[in-house]
Amino acid sequence: MTGLFFVYFALISIAAGVMTVALRHPVHCALSLLVLLLHVSGLFILLNAEFLWAVQVIVYVGAILVLYLFVLMLLNLKTDERYFHPSAPYILGPAVLGAGYVLYLLLRSPFSGAKGDAPTTAVLQDGDTYAVGIKMFSDHLLQFEIVGIFLLGAIIGAIVLAKAPKPLERDRERL
Amino acid sequence: MIPLSAYTAVSAVLFMTGLLGVLVRRNFIIVLMSVEIMMNAANINLVAFSHYLESMAGQLVALFIIAIAAGEAAVGLAIIIVVFRGKISTNVDEMNLLKW
Repeated sequence: MTGLFFVYFALISIAAGVMTVALRHPVHCALSLLVLLLHVSGLFILLNAEFLWAVQVIVYVGAILVLYLFVLMLLNLKTDERYFHPSAPYILGPAVLGAGYVLYLLLRSPFSGAKGDAPTTAVLQDGDTYAVGIKMFSDHLLQFEIVGIFLLGAIIGAIVLAKAPKPLERDRERL
Repeated sequence: MIPLSAYTAVSAVLFMTGLLGVLVRRNFIIVLMSVEIMMNAANINLVAFSHYLESMAGQLVALFIIAIAAGEAAVGLAIIIVVFRGKISTNVDEMNLLKW
């Protein structure tokens, strides 16, 4: 049953990713990105990461994607006339080859590393949110604070960048 | 039981898709969306390794990546709005304001 869900989420997210890159109209691209994000959150559920599932749905789908759609609607973009870059055929071949090689390497490697300190049974007993919270506010507190400062800087930067420029006429009159 | 390599394979395919989008598309907004695809691929990888190697650190890094993606989207879209105001285009080939 889990395998069935995995195949569904994986295939739909890959298809949605390809559609995000390949579709012509920007709004269609944003909507297939929505499908991709929701199915990736389904993969998180299969990996026992419920907290990340909630964060993915709330932050990615609820905030970031809505921001993208808002800007798309605001700018009222026309469809690209010249759709792909002229050198796209030259990029496509090596990209497919490289992807095939990486897939070959991934599928034949065993990935047997040292186990960490959070076994699945313990995480399932207390809940994923509890485990993430304990870990975040003990070992990773500095990163948490840094991300907070980063977000503050991003907010200020976005406001400063997108602020409407002062009209020049008024300044000239004053002079 | 799904093997870990299946998750990494999905992640690799998604990452390649996003990389191809960044290289090939010309609309700046869709280039940013492709960056989001790549970040999601990295997140799948981190969470999968976190689950299979029984450590919480991967999920935390995935959380921080989501926060950084939010900041990146906000600043990138602000830059798009600024450029669009001057040039009425979001084509990456026409963005040469810093060239002299």
